Amino acid sequence: MSEELRELYQEVILDHSKRPRNFRALPEASQAEGFNPLCGDRATVFVDLQDGTVKDASFVGSGCSISTASASMMTEAVKGKSAAEAEELFQRFHALITAPPDQAGGAHPELGKLAVFAGVCEFPVRVKCASLPWHTLKAALQGAGATVSTE
Amino acid sequence: MSTPKVAPAPASAPDAPFDVERIRADFPILRQQVHGKPLVYLDSANTAQKPQAVIDAESRVYREIYANVHRGVYDLSMKAEKAFEGARHTVQRFLNAPEAREIVFLRGTTEAINLVAHTFGRQRVKPGDEILISGLEHHSNIVPWQLLCEQTGGVLKVAPITDEGEIRLDELERLLSPRTRLVSVGHVSNALGTVNPVRRIVEMAHAQGVPVLVDGAQGVPHLPVDVQALGCDFYAFSGHKAFGPSGIGALWGRASLLEAMPPFHGGGDMILSVTFEKTTYNVIPYKFEAGTPNIAGTIALGAALEYLAGIGMDRIAAYEHELLAYAHDALREVPGLRFIGTAREKAGVVSFVLEGVHPHDMGTVLDYEGVAIRTGHHCAQPVMERFRVPATARASLALYNTRGEVDALVAGLHKVREMFA
Repeated sequence: MSEELRELYQEVILDHSKRPRNFRALPEASQAEGFNPLCGDRATVFVDLQDGTVKDASFVGSGCSISTASASMMTEAVKGKSAAEAEELFQRFHALITAPPDQAGGAHPELGKLAVFAGVCEFPVRVKCASLPWHTLKAALQGAGATVSTE
Repeated sequence: MSTPKVAPAPASAPDAPFDVERIRADFPILRQQVHGKPLVYLDSANTAQKPQAVIDAESRVYREIYANVHRGVYDLSMKAEKAFEGARHTVQRFLNAPEAREIVFLRGTTEAINLVAHTFGRQRVKPGDEILISGLEHHSNIVPWQLLCEQTGGVLKVAPITDEGEIRLDELERLLSPRTRLVSVGHVSNALGTVNPVRRIVEMAHAQGVPVLVDGAQGVPHLPVDVQALGCDFYAFSGHKAFGPSGIGALWGRASLLEAMPPFHGGGDMILSVTFEKTTYNVIPYKFEAGTPNIAGTIALGAALEYLAGIGMDRIAAYEHELLAYAHDALREVPGLRFIGTAREKAGVVSFVLEGVHPHDMGTVLDYEGVAIRTGHHCAQPVMERFRVPATARASLALYNTRGEVDALVAGLHKVREMFA
């Protein structure tokens, strides 16, 4: 297998795509639906925001290994974070997967396990797969914020 | 000086065996490697590659005869016009259309269907009137009719398809009503490869006095097309799927229908006289060809059809039929593979899913084997919904594909399974 493919499909990513974590609905939580019209992938992201902190996050839907693993690892990564911290994490994650070739590589301690998605930047058409769950999370968080403000 | 000759020598004589290697040699792009592997291009239903004859025809226009058409009194312009109108005759012959003036050059199938929706449709569809399509259609044979219905108060009716991916003719016949103004169906399904029984559908529709448009985007590259034998009233196709340039295609329509239709776009070329009080429209087909057309593209489209005719559409169809059967047999051996679309009559397309593997991942891994396939919904989301899949992998075949390439696809799928399944 080529080096780039190995970079993209790391063991951790394959593991999360085959056995996604937090793959369930949270009917009471704020939610948003993400749709990639290019490939027909759908993800509904649920986020239970309490006192400004993500108490729980989950997702359901169907997608490729990259989007499923991204959603799975995202729901793990944002638990316990504030909405602002989750959005900041998204920005860093997005910078990682869209890095220009000359800036790819290097350590990303602030991203923790999410750094395994570094290989995505070699596959521009797959960036949307990895970022779809995060865009959806952002929408769900904004929905959660709105719910909080009306109460 | 004569106009450039666009008809190339046939790749092989009519009675000789189909020499795919000789045909491949006509397509320079196929000689390359991708990720260190020979390119295996299995995405011709998306867009097809171009033979040297087409590349040469387009460049020859710019090198030797380029000028505007229908305007000039000078030598160069007349040469350009002769070649441009020559392409119209080529399309006429290729479709066996009764008259060249029934061929309208447009950007492609999408624009052709939109033309009929905007002109024929707006003229004839009143509130409550119906347009009848099938559940097998490409978005470009759905959305223009939805737009028309929104604008006119018309109603879009859809004949369902079977689990095999064939149009339910009994349902189609039942849905034909005194309110039906047009039936619009594909010749060959881009998503599943189903060859629709167009002649039978035309008979049903004509029995009720309803005209029929055929979306021939996937028909022209794979099957001999004879619009008179099909009996349809409009036939639309795209150049880029038929080994010609992108951005050019054609609509054939019966002269009596085209003449009764209002113009599509207003502008130069589509008029006879213009005053601020009244404009007199040009005769067909020019009434529908406003503005300077895609001159070189049109001439190169003619070259593409000459190329196909030189080989013979019957021989191409027979070769592809055999290759498609080989592909089905070879793919059936891949564990966990399920075909989407198993119609009795198919052309050019194998759509499938692999258990536990998303088509996108398949596409990425196959790319590293040099194999290019389409993954996704193929601009036919209702078809995907019908089969309850978000997407499929689609390998599409053309005259330049080989059994060896099918084998490369199968080998690639085994690697995909090793990784994901």
